[in-house]
Amino acid sequence: MTTAPSVAAEVLTSGLDGLLVRFSLTPDPAAMAAARRFAAALQAAPPKDLPGGLTEIAPALVSVLVRFDAERTDRAALRSTLERIAGETVQGPLVMPDPARRWTIPVAFGGDQGPQLGQVAQALGIGEDAAVAELCASDLRVLTIGFAPGQPYIGLLPPRWDLPRLPEITPSVPAGSVVVAVRQIVLFGADSATGWQQVGRAALRTFIPDRAEPMPLQGGDAIRFARASADEIARLAEAGDRMGGARLEVLR
Amino acid sequence: MSALQIRRADGILTVQDMGRPGHLAQGLSRGGAMDRLALLEAAALLGTSAPLAAVEMAGAGGAFAVTLPTRIALTGAPMAASLDQRPLRWSATHLLQPGQILRIGGAQAGVYGYLTPAGGIGTEPWLGSRAAHLTIGIGAALAGDTALPIGEDPDPERPARVLTASARFGGGTLRIVDGPQTALFDPAVIEAFFATAFLRGPRGNRQGVQLEARDRFTTTQAKGLASDLIAPGEVQLTGDGVPYVLMSECQTVGGYPRIGTVLPDDLPLVAQAAPGAVLRCQRISLEAALAAHRPEAAVLRDLAQRCQPLVRDPASIPDLLSYQLISGVTRGDDLERA
Repeated sequence: MTTAPSVAAEVLTSGLDGLLVRFSLTPDPAAMAAARRFAAALQAAPPKDLPGGLTEIAPALVSVLVRFDAERTDRAALRSTLERIAGETVQGPLVMPDPARRWTIPVAFGGDQGPQLGQVAQALGIGEDAAVAELCASDLRVLTIGFAPGQPYIGLLPPRWDLPRLPEITPSVPAGSVVVAVRQIVLFGADSATGWQQVGRAALRTFIPDRAEPMPLQGGDAIRFARASADEIARLAEAGDRMGGARLEVLR
Repeated sequence: MSALQIRRADGILTVQDMGRPGHLAQGLSRGGAMDRLALLEAAALLGTSAPLAAVEMAGAGGAFAVTLPTRIALTGAPMAASLDQRPLRWSATHLLQPGQILRIGGAQAGVYGYLTPAGGIGTEPWLGSRAAHLTIGIGAALAGDTALPIGEDPDPERPARVLTASARFGGGTLRIVDGPQTALFDPAVIEAFFATAFLRGPRGNRQGVQLEARDRFTTTQAKGLASDLIAPGEVQLTGDGVPYVLMSECQTVGGYPRIGTVLPDDLPLVAQAAPGAVLRCQRISLEAALAAHRPEAAVLRDLAQRCQPLVRDPASIPDLLSYQLISGVTRGDDLERA
């Protein structure tokens, strides 16, 4: 990717107990990398380098919300710490940090499980098989988790996958649907309405309330999709753990 | 364990506490009571050091009973309450005995009433909270003929208490600080927004509350915005420029622009504004907001000091004549005669 690494950071007030560090207003790939790198740097910073009272670090697509206990936190000191780390972050390199974990997630592509794969492949100007191969070969990360608990936004796919959202909303796609648009993939945690195109379906559920970790995926996790048949996905869906055959490797 | 029996549910009843903060990175918003002040009031009245899990009653209550003697607090939107036909004061504690029926009617003002047993609701916590989060399928609206475990009342003999609830049940002024996206709006739009008298719109639930006005408030910079983190209190403008105040069950990220953040101290006003109530918005600086803000622990301390003993109003005692009201009456000249 040859995106010019020109990203600026702003530290903005977000309510009485939050500061938002924003790297772009738009979903710019370099800013996505900056937000992820900034969050990683902040999480790795030794406590002595941070003012006390931080309660939460929440990375979104191109911004990171830092929440704090307003009673115990020196707001000005925190702001200058965040400005310093963000300033270092935008110096680059603006590529996704190395992942700490990698998931391999079985997905059935096309057919009933991915009714819009054909039109996606057509928009890309390649065959369905080549489109699936590209989905499975791409170096993907969980860019952020949101809208619903545990639900990942995964990317970025190669630039030709910059497909617009559909003008017509699909009223309901089932939980586990793998949908694509704007170089990203969403794996829906629950039945959802969407303007994105459904290319496949996983048996993994991204929100499992009675599991010790109810939201298995974490922002920054590497994601690899493994091609499976519809029968395999149906069988994996029957397993009680609702993990759908997803495999986790800890990389560092 | 003792139980709170729900004999009948008339409003939308859910278990709520102060929610489960700290999971934004995993896509989970805090949730919890719509009117957090009402849970602080209940804690002050019951004499507990922290808020307890309660039954939140949207619109109306129902009929309730207990299996062991327990005090309860009734707070939030005032509702007509009675114990075996005897009217009960709102914003007060009362002792419930097994066999008695507590009836709670519709809200007389405001939206959300709270029934808090002195030992708290004792359902199984999830991620550190008992709060139902309906939009994600955690917990459920409570139906009639259900029983909730409740903790034992630590002090059933403690005299009943009452307090005057801060006025928040008919609209008012929301203090708003600038947020990360305020600058996306044209100054003239911002000025018009803060000059508008909104009505609490017909759309509103635990995710957000609509502010209704004739005017629309849009920005040309909304197109192509990356989704960003959102939180309770933020005022989000939909694509056609209608404002919503985000509430406890809002999503964690959203793509619509936000014009500012309501001071947490004023969110109970939003929660308790019934459709049609007038809500005005006042833009204040961060410095003014920090000076005005009272942390919840401090609010609880203040409330505890404002609680008074509950003296029963003789007018509300139906069997008044059966009470010995004037024991020890004398001729009035005892001292002279001694």
